[in-house]
Amino acid sequence: MDPTSAKMIGAGLAAVALAGVGVGIGNVFSALVSAIARNPASRDQVFGIGMLGFALTEAVAFYALIISLLLLFVL
Amino acid sequence: MASETSPLGQFTIERLVSLHIGSLDISYTNSALLMTIVVVLITALLVGTTRHASLVPGRLQSIAELSYEFVLGMVRENVGDADGRQFFPLVFSIFMFILFGNLLGLIPYSFTFTSHIVVTFALSLFVFLFVTVVALIRHGIRFFTFFFPPGAPIIMAPLLVPIEIISYLTRPVSLSLRLFANMLAGHTIIAVFAGFTVALGIFGFLPLAFNVALLGLEVVIAALQAYVFAILTCLYLSDAVHLH
Repeated sequence: MDPTSAKMIGAGLAAVALAGVGVGIGNVFSALVSAIARNPASRDQVFGIGMLGFALTEAVAFYALIISLLLLFVL
Repeated sequence: MASETSPLGQFTIERLVSLHIGSLDISYTNSALLMTIVVVLITALLVGTTRHASLVPGRLQSIAELSYEFVLGMVRENVGDADGRQFFPLVFSIFMFILFGNLLGLIPYSFTFTSHIVVTFALSLFVFLFVTVVALIRHGIRFFTFFFPPGAPIIMAPLLVPIEIISYLTRPVSLSLRLFANMLAGHTIIAVFAGFTVALGIFGFLPLAFNVALLGLEVVIAALQAYVFAILTCLYLSDAVHLH
Protein backbone atom coordinates (compact mmCIF):
# COMPACT_ATOMS: atom_id res chain seq x y z
CA MET A 1 0.00 0.00 0.00
CA ASP A 2 1.50 3.36 -0.93
CA PRO A 3 2.07 5.88 1.87
CA THR A 4 -0.53 8.40 0.63
CA SER A 5 -3.38 5.87 0.73
CA ALA A 6 -2.22 4.61 4.11
CA LYS A 7 -2.25 8.19 5.45
CA MET A 8 -5.77 8.77 4.17
CA ILE A 9 -7.03 5.55 5.72
CA GLY A 10 -5.28 6.44 8.96
CA ALA A 11 -6.84 9.89 8.94
CA GLY A 12 -10.27 8.32 8.53
CA LEU A 13 -9.60 5.82 11.31
CA ALA A 14 -8.64 8.64 13.68
CA ALA A 15 -12.22 9.89 13.38
CA VAL A 16 -13.46 6.73 15.14
CA ALA A 17 -12.40 8.38 18.42
CA LEU A 18 -15.31 10.79 18.02
CA ALA A 19 -17.73 8.03 19.02
CA GLY A 20 -16.27 7.95 22.53
CA VAL A 21 -16.38 11.74 22.70
CA GLY A 22 -20.07 11.74 21.76
CA VAL A 23 -20.86 9.31 24.54
CA GLY A 24 -18.73 11.32 26.96
CA ILE A 25 -20.38 14.66 26.24
CA GLY A 26 -23.79 13.02 26.52
CA ASN A 27 -22.79 11.68 29.94
CA VAL A 28 -21.58 15.08 31.14
CA PHE A 29 -24.77 16.89 30.22
CA SER A 30 -26.96 14.04 31.45
CA ALA A 31 -25.29 14.29 34.86
CA LEU A 32 -25.58 18.10 34.74
CA VAL A 33 -29.31 18.03 33.98
CA SER A 34 -29.91 15.34 36.64
CA ALA A 35 -28.03 17.33 39.25
CA ILE A 36 -29.93 20.54 38.53
CA ALA A 37 -33.24 18.65 38.38
CA ARG A 38 -32.66 17.09 41.78
CA ASN A 39 -31.47 20.30 43.38
CA PRO A 40 -32.29 23.45 41.39
CA ALA A 41 -30.51 25.64 43.93
CA SER A 42 -27.15 24.07 43.02
CA ARG A 43 -27.35 25.37 39.47
CA ASP A 44 -24.73 28.11 39.78
CA GLN A 45 -22.17 25.83 41.41
CA VAL A 46 -22.72 22.85 39.15
CA PHE A 47 -22.87 24.78 35.88
CA GLY A 48 -19.23 25.86 35.99
CA ILE A 49 -17.99 22.33 36.61
CA GLY A 50 -20.34 21.07 33.87
CA MET A 51 -18.85 23.50 31.35
CA LEU A 52 -15.33 22.50 32.39
CA GLY A 53 -16.22 18.82 31.93
CA PHE A 54 -17.74 19.52 28.53
CA ALA A 55 -14.70 21.46 27.33
CA LEU A 56 -12.26 18.80 28.55
CA THR A 57 -14.25 16.03 26.82
CA GLU A 58 -14.55 18.07 23.63
CA ALA A 59 -10.77 18.53 23.72
CA VAL A 60 -10.38 14.78 23.10
CA ALA A 61 -12.35 15.23 19.87
CA PHE A 62 -9.89 17.92 18.89
CA TYR A 63 -6.93 15.67 19.67
CA ALA A 64 -8.41 13.15 17.19
CA LEU A 65 -8.90 15.97 14.67
CA ILE A 66 -5.27 17.05 15.06
CA ILE A 67 -4.06 13.47 14.53
CA SER A 68 -6.20 13.34 11.39
CA LEU A 69 -4.91 16.67 10.09
CA LEU A 70 -1.31 15.72 10.95
CA LEU A 71 -1.63 12.57 8.89
CA LEU A 72 -3.18 14.33 5.92
CA PHE A 73 -1.19 17.54 5.68
CA VAL A 74 2.04 17.30 7.66
CA LEU A 75 3.38 13.77 7.58
CA MET B 1 1.52 25.31 3.47
CA ALA B 2 -1.85 26.84 2.49
CA SER B 3 -2.66 29.10 -0.44
CA GLU B 4 -4.61 32.33 -0.03
CA THR B 5 -7.88 30.81 -1.22
CA SER B 6 -7.85 27.52 0.74
CA PRO B 7 -9.69 27.37 4.10
CA LEU B 8 -6.34 27.16 5.89
CA GLY B 9 -5.06 30.30 4.15
CA GLN B 10 -6.51 32.53 6.86
CA PHE B 11 -3.84 31.33 9.29
CA THR B 12 -0.80 32.53 7.35
CA ILE B 13 1.53 34.85 9.24
CA GLU B 14 2.27 38.04 7.32
CA ARG B 15 5.14 40.36 8.10
CA LEU B 16 3.84 43.90 8.46
CA VAL B 17 7.19 45.46 9.34
CA SER B 18 10.31 43.46 8.47
CA LEU B 19 12.95 43.55 11.20
CA HIS B 20 16.07 41.43 11.41
CA ILE B 21 18.83 41.20 13.98
CA GLY B 22 21.56 39.23 12.27
CA SER B 23 19.87 36.01 11.22
CA LEU B 24 17.04 36.41 13.76
CA ASP B 25 13.71 37.36 12.23
CA ILE B 26 11.84 39.60 14.68
CA SER B 27 9.42 41.13 12.19
CA TYR B 28 6.24 42.75 13.42
CA THR B 29 3.61 40.33 12.11
CA ASN B 30 -0.20 40.36 11.94
CA SER B 31 -0.14 38.06 14.96
CA ALA B 32 1.93 40.59 16.92
CA LEU B 33 -0.40 43.39 15.79
CA LEU B 34 -3.44 41.56 17.16
CA MET B 35 -1.65 40.87 20.43
CA THR B 36 -0.80 44.56 20.73
CA ILE B 37 -4.42 45.52 20.03
CA VAL B 38 -5.62 43.03 22.64
CA VAL B 39 -3.27 44.39 25.31
CA VAL B 40 -4.23 48.00 24.49
CA LEU B 41 -7.95 47.13 24.64
CA ILE B 42 -7.67 45.29 27.95
CA THR B 43 -5.62 48.11 29.48
CA ALA B 44 -8.05 50.73 28.17
CA LEU B 45 -11.00 48.79 29.55
CA LEU B 46 -9.54 48.23 32.99
CA VAL B 47 -7.56 51.42 33.59
CA GLY B 48 -9.79 53.81 31.65
CA THR B 49 -13.03 52.85 33.33
CA THR B 50 -11.72 52.72 36.89
CA ARG B 51 -9.64 55.91 36.76
CA HIS B 52 -12.59 58.01 37.87
CA ALA B 53 -14.61 55.15 39.24
CA SER B 54 -18.12 55.87 40.41
CA LEU B 55 -19.74 53.99 43.26
CA VAL B 56 -22.61 52.93 41.00
CA PRO B 57 -20.73 51.76 37.92
CA GLY B 58 -21.70 52.50 34.36
CA ARG B 59 -21.65 49.82 31.67
CA LEU B 60 -17.94 49.67 30.85
CA GLN B 61 -16.88 49.95 34.47
CA SER B 62 -19.29 47.10 35.21
CA ILE B 63 -17.63 44.93 32.59
CA ALA B 64 -14.21 45.61 34.10
CA GLU B 65 -15.44 44.93 37.65
CA LEU B 66 -17.37 41.81 36.66
CA SER B 67 -14.40 40.26 34.86
CA TYR B 68 -12.18 41.07 37.86
CA GLU B 69 -14.64 39.51 40.30
CA PHE B 70 -15.23 36.49 38.09
CA VAL B 71 -11.55 35.58 37.90
CA LEU B 72 -10.97 36.47 41.57
CA GLY B 73 -13.82 34.16 42.58
CA MET B 74 -12.42 31.41 40.39
CA VAL B 75 -8.94 31.72 41.91
CA ARG B 76 -10.24 31.89 45.49
CA GLU B 77 -12.53 28.90 45.01
CA ASN B 78 -9.99 26.64 43.33
CA VAL B 79 -6.64 27.60 44.86
CA GLY B 80 -7.79 28.81 48.25
CA ASP B 81 -8.36 32.21 49.78
CA ALA B 82 -4.95 33.03 51.25
CA ASP B 83 -2.84 30.91 48.91
CA GLY B 84 -4.60 32.02 45.76
CA ARG B 85 -4.33 35.78 46.07
CA GLN B 86 -0.72 35.94 44.90
CA PHE B 87 -1.57 34.08 41.69
CA PHE B 88 -4.53 36.25 40.75
CA PRO B 89 -2.61 38.64 38.42
CA LEU B 90 -1.24 35.70 36.42
CA VAL B 91 -4.59 33.96 36.03
CA PHE B 92 -6.35 37.25 35.24
CA SER B 93 -3.79 38.17 32.58
CA ILE B 94 -4.02 34.73 30.98
CA PHE B 95 -7.82 34.76 31.04
CA MET B 96 -8.24 38.25 29.57
CA PHE B 97 -5.47 37.78 26.96
CA ILE B 98 -6.95 34.53 25.65
CA LEU B 99 -10.56 35.79 25.87
CA PHE B 100 -9.90 38.98 23.95
CA GLY B 101 -7.62 37.16 21.50
CA ASN B 102 -10.27 34.56 20.73
CA LEU B 103 -13.06 37.12 20.41
CA LEU B 104 -11.12 39.58 18.24
CA GLY B 105 -10.24 36.72 15.90
CA LEU B 106 -13.92 36.32 15.05
CA ILE B 107 -14.06 39.75 13.40
CA PRO B 108 -13.93 39.28 9.59
CA TYR B 109 -10.50 39.93 8.06
CA SER B 110 -8.97 39.76 11.54
CA PHE B 111 -6.44 37.22 12.78
CA THR B 112 -6.70 34.72 15.64
CA PHE B 113 -3.30 34.54 17.26
CA THR B 114 -4.45 31.69 19.53
CA SER B 115 -4.94 29.51 16.46
CA HIS B 116 -1.18 28.99 16.27
CA ILE B 117 0.32 26.21 18.37
CA VAL B 118 3.44 28.28 19.05
CA VAL B 119 1.40 30.94 20.87
CA THR B 120 -0.73 28.54 22.91
CA PHE B 121 2.25 26.33 23.65
CA ALA B 122 4.24 29.31 24.89
CA LEU B 123 1.39 30.17 27.28
CA SER B 124 0.86 26.62 28.49
CA LEU B 125 4.57 25.83 28.81
CA PHE B 126 4.96 28.96 30.91
CA VAL B 127 2.05 27.89 33.12
CA PHE B 128 3.47 24.36 33.45
CA LEU B 129 6.98 25.52 34.36
CA PHE B 130 5.60 28.17 36.72
CA VAL B 131 3.41 25.64 38.52
CA THR B 132 6.29 23.15 38.81
CA VAL B 133 8.66 25.79 40.17
CA VAL B 134 6.04 26.97 42.68
CA ALA B 135 5.57 23.40 43.85
CA LEU B 136 9.31 22.75 44.12
CA ILE B 137 9.89 25.97 46.06
CA ARG B 138 7.00 25.32 48.41
CA HIS B 139 7.55 21.60 49.06
CA GLY B 140 11.14 20.93 48.08
CA ILE B 141 11.90 17.25 47.57
CA ARG B 142 8.49 16.27 48.96
CA PHE B 143 7.02 17.49 45.65
CA PHE B 144 7.68 14.02 44.20
CA THR B 145 5.17 12.46 46.61
CA PHE B 146 2.61 14.12 44.31
CA PHE B 147 3.04 11.23 41.88
CA PHE B 148 1.93 8.64 44.40
CA PRO B 149 -1.70 9.37 45.36
CA PRO B 150 -2.30 9.02 49.10
CA GLY B 151 -4.24 5.95 50.11
CA ALA B 152 -3.25 3.81 47.14
CA PRO B 153 -1.76 0.37 47.97
CA ILE B 154 2.05 0.44 47.78
CA ILE B 155 2.06 -2.63 45.53
CA MET B 156 0.56 -0.54 42.72
CA ALA B 157 3.39 2.01 42.83
CA PRO B 158 5.43 0.63 39.87
CA LEU B 159 2.32 0.92 37.70
CA LEU B 160 0.82 4.07 39.16
CA VAL B 161 3.87 6.35 39.42
CA PRO B 162 4.93 6.20 35.73
CA ILE B 163 1.32 6.79 34.67
CA GLU B 164 1.07 9.78 37.00
CA ILE B 165 4.38 11.19 35.77
CA ILE B 166 3.39 10.81 32.12
CA SER B 167 0.00 12.39 32.75
CA TYR B 168 1.74 15.30 34.53
CA LEU B 169 4.19 15.80 31.68
CA THR B 170 1.40 15.86 29.09
CA ARG B 171 -0.29 18.79 30.87
CA PRO B 172 1.38 21.51 28.74
CA VAL B 173 0.61 19.51 25.60
CA SER B 174 -3.08 19.04 26.39
CA LEU B 175 -3.52 22.60 27.64
CA SER B 176 -2.04 24.15 24.50
CA LEU B 177 -3.54 21.64 22.07
CA ARG B 178 -7.06 22.15 23.42
CA LEU B 179 -7.08 25.90 22.79
CA PHE B 180 -5.18 25.68 19.50
CA ALA B 181 -7.36 22.92 18.01
CA ASN B 182 -10.60 24.62 19.09
CA MET B 183 -9.64 27.87 17.40
CA LEU B 184 -8.18 26.18 14.29
CA ALA B 185 -11.17 23.87 13.78
CA GLY B 186 -13.75 26.59 14.37
CA HIS B 187 -12.27 29.06 11.93
CA THR B 188 -11.56 26.36 9.32
CA ILE B 189 -15.17 25.12 9.35
CA ILE B 190 -16.45 28.68 8.99
CA ALA B 191 -14.14 29.20 6.00
CA VAL B 192 -15.19 25.89 4.42
CA PHE B 193 -18.89 26.69 4.71
CA ALA B 194 -18.26 30.18 3.39
CA GLY B 195 -16.77 28.50 0.32
CA PHE B 196 -19.91 26.40 -0.05
CA THR B 197 -22.08 29.53 0.19
CA VAL B 198 -20.38 30.97 -2.87
CA ALA B 199 -20.23 27.66 -4.77
CA LEU B 200 -23.92 26.73 -4.40
CA GLY B 201 -25.24 29.90 -6.00
CA ILE B 202 -28.96 30.29 -5.28
CA PHE B 203 -28.96 27.58 -2.60
CA GLY B 204 -26.10 29.30 -0.83
CA PHE B 205 -28.44 30.50 1.91
CA LEU B 206 -28.29 27.05 3.55
CA PRO B 207 -24.57 27.02 4.34
CA LEU B 208 -24.92 30.72 5.13
CA ALA B 209 -27.56 30.02 7.78
CA PHE B 210 -25.34 27.29 9.21
CA ASN B 211 -22.42 29.71 9.26
CA VAL B 212 -24.48 32.26 11.21
CA ALA B 213 -25.28 29.64 13.85
CA LEU B 214 -21.68 28.42 13.83
CA LEU B 215 -20.35 31.93 14.38
CA GLY B 216 -22.62 32.25 17.40
CA LEU B 217 -21.26 28.95 18.70
CA GLU B 218 -17.71 30.19 18.08
CA VAL B 219 -18.35 33.21 20.32
CA VAL B 220 -19.44 30.85 23.10
CA ILE B 221 -16.46 28.57 22.49
CA ALA B 222 -14.09 31.56 22.52
CA ALA B 223 -15.25 32.50 26.00
CA LEU B 224 -15.45 28.89 27.16
CA GLN B 225 -11.89 28.07 26.06
CA ALA B 226 -10.54 31.13 27.87
CA TYR B 227 -12.44 30.01 30.99
CA VAL B 228 -11.15 26.42 30.68
CA PHE B 229 -7.53 27.56 30.26
CA ALA B 230 -7.81 29.81 33.30
CA ILE B 231 -9.55 27.29 35.50
CA LEU B 232 -7.07 24.55 34.60
CA THR B 233 -4.27 26.97 35.52
CA CYS B 234 -6.03 27.44 38.89
CA LEU B 235 -6.39 23.67 39.36
CA TYR B 236 -2.72 23.05 38.53
CA LEU B 237 -1.76 25.81 40.98
CA SER B 238 -3.99 24.20 43.58
CA ASP B 239 -2.21 20.87 42.96
CA ALA B 240 1.15 22.59 43.33
CA VAL B 241 0.24 24.44 46.51
CA HIS B 242 -1.66 21.69 48.28
CA LEU B 243 -0.10 18.53 46.72
CA HIS B 244 -3.59 17.11 46.14
